[in-house]
Amino acid sequence: MITIVDYGMGNLGSIHNMFKKIGAETEITSDLDKISKAKKILLPGVGAFDAAMKIIAGSELIHVLNDKALKEKIPVLGICLGMQLLTNHSDEGELKGLGWIDAETLKFKPENYTEKIRVPHMGWNLVKIEKETLLTKNFFPENRFYFVHSYYVKCKHEKNKLMTTHHGLDFDSAIINDNIFGAQFHPEKSHKFGMQLFKNFSSL
Amino acid sequence: MLSKRIIPCLDIKDGRTVKGVNFVGLRDAGDPVELAKLYAEEGADELVLLDITATHEKRKTVVELATKVAEQLNIPFTIGGGISSVDDAHAVLNAGADKISINSAAVKNPDLINQLSDKFGSQCVVVAVDAKQIDGTWFVHLNGGRIKTDLELFSWVLEAEKRGAGEILFTSMDHDGTKAGFADEALAKMSSLLNIPIIASGGAGNMEHIRNTFINGKSDAALAASIFHFKEIAIPELKKYLKEQGVNVRIV
Repeated sequence: MITIVDYGMGNLGSIHNMFKKIGAETEITSDLDKISKAKKILLPGVGAFDAAMKIIAGSELIHVLNDKALKEKIPVLGICLGMQLLTNHSDEGELKGLGWIDAETLKFKPENYTEKIRVPHMGWNLVKIEKETLLTKNFFPENRFYFVHSYYVKCKHEKNKLMTTHHGLDFDSAIINDNIFGAQFHPEKSHKFGMQLFKNFSSL
Repeated sequence: MLSKRIIPCLDIKDGRTVKGVNFVGLRDAGDPVELAKLYAEEGADELVLLDITATHEKRKTVVELATKVAEQLNIPFTIGGGISSVDDAHAVLNAGADKISINSAAVKNPDLINQLSDKFGSQCVVVAVDAKQIDGTWFVHLNGGRIKTDLELFSWVLEAEKRGAGEILFTSMDHDGTKAGFADEALAKMSSLLNIPIIASGGAGNMEHIRNTFINGKSDAALAASIFHFKEIAIPELKKYLKEQGVNVRIV
C-alpha cells in the first residue's frame, strides 16, 4: 500500500490511476492516523513552495512525516514540488523546506545561459542516470520524462544525485538520500518510463 | 535538451470523436478514450481534445470527457472548447486535464489569461489563436475563424504571453486543410518574439512538413488531426524520420 499524502495541493487522481494500472494499491489521505501507519509515502505537489510548506509545517503533519522518513525510514517519493519540498530552501518562497536532502531549489535564469531556453521547462526531456539504485531498475537505454517546472534542484553532495537533466544548465532531476527519493518530472505523465519508475517504487 | 512534440488533436462532439476516424484494431474508433490510448502507445507526446459540442450543459460534457481520459492516459493532455471562466477551467483541471486551451474567450476577455495563470500557473494555460493573412497583415479570427477581429497576430500573442499564457497554439487559417505545410515564416517570427513554447497547427500533409516546421518554423510542437486519424502518417514512422533528420524527438 502506497500512501499518497493529500495536503490540498493539486489533483492526485493521475498518480493514483497510474499505480492502479501497474497493480499497486494506493490510498489518498490527509488523515494523520493513516499517514502514521503508512508503509510507503508519496508526496505529490503542484503549486507554490510556501503554500505547501505552510500547510505541512503549520500542522502535526510535519512531525508525522519527519518520523516516518527519518526515524522509521520507510520509502518516500516526492514528485515535482513534492521533491522541492525535500530540500533546505527554495528561491520561490521564504519558508524552510523539509531539509531531508541537502539541496537547494533555485530559479531558472534564462538570461544567464548561453543557449535560449524557455521557462517553465515544459515537455519531454532526457534524464541521465547518475547512480544505479532500485528505483532505476530496468530503465531504458534512453529515458525521457515529462517535466513542468520553473525552479530546479541542485544537491550539495554528489552522493545525493540520482538523475540529471540539461535545460540551460545541468540540474538534478531526481535525488536520493537513503530511503528518500525525489523526482522533478511527472512519472504519472511519462508513459512507459514513468510506469517503470512507479513499478520500482512500489516493489521497494 | 527538450524534445520536439507531436500532438494529435481530437475533435469531439457529444462525447464522440468526429472527422470520420478510421482505425483498424480499435473496438470503437468513435470513443475518444480508446483513440487517446492508442495515440499514447504509438508515441504521441501529448494530446489536445477539442470539444465542439454546442449545448447549454457544455461544462458537464467537457468535465466528463476529461475525467474519462485522465483515468486511462499516461501522457499529458489539453482540453479545449467552451472554457470561458475560472470555474470552467477549475472543473476541467480538477477532472485530470493537464492544461486548458482558451481561444475566443481570451480575446473577448484578455484578463481571463491573468486570472487563469494566477490561479493555476501559466504551465496549464494554452492560448489558441486562429489567424489569417490579409494584405500582408495577420489578423486574429474568432469562433473557429468565422469572425475577423482587428487584432494583429503578433501583438496579440505578445500580450497573451505578458498576461501569463504558458503556450501559444497558433493555427494558420491560410494553411489549415491545405496539406501544403505549416505557416513556417510566421511561426519563426513568433518564436523569435516570444519566450513561451509555440505549437504549430494547420497545414500538415506529410512528414517533411513537420520536419520543416521544427527546423524552419522553430516550432516547439506540431499539432495535426486528419493525417494521424487517417493513418496518412503513423507516429512511430514519423518519429524515426524526424530523428534521422536531426530533430530531437522522444522515441517510444
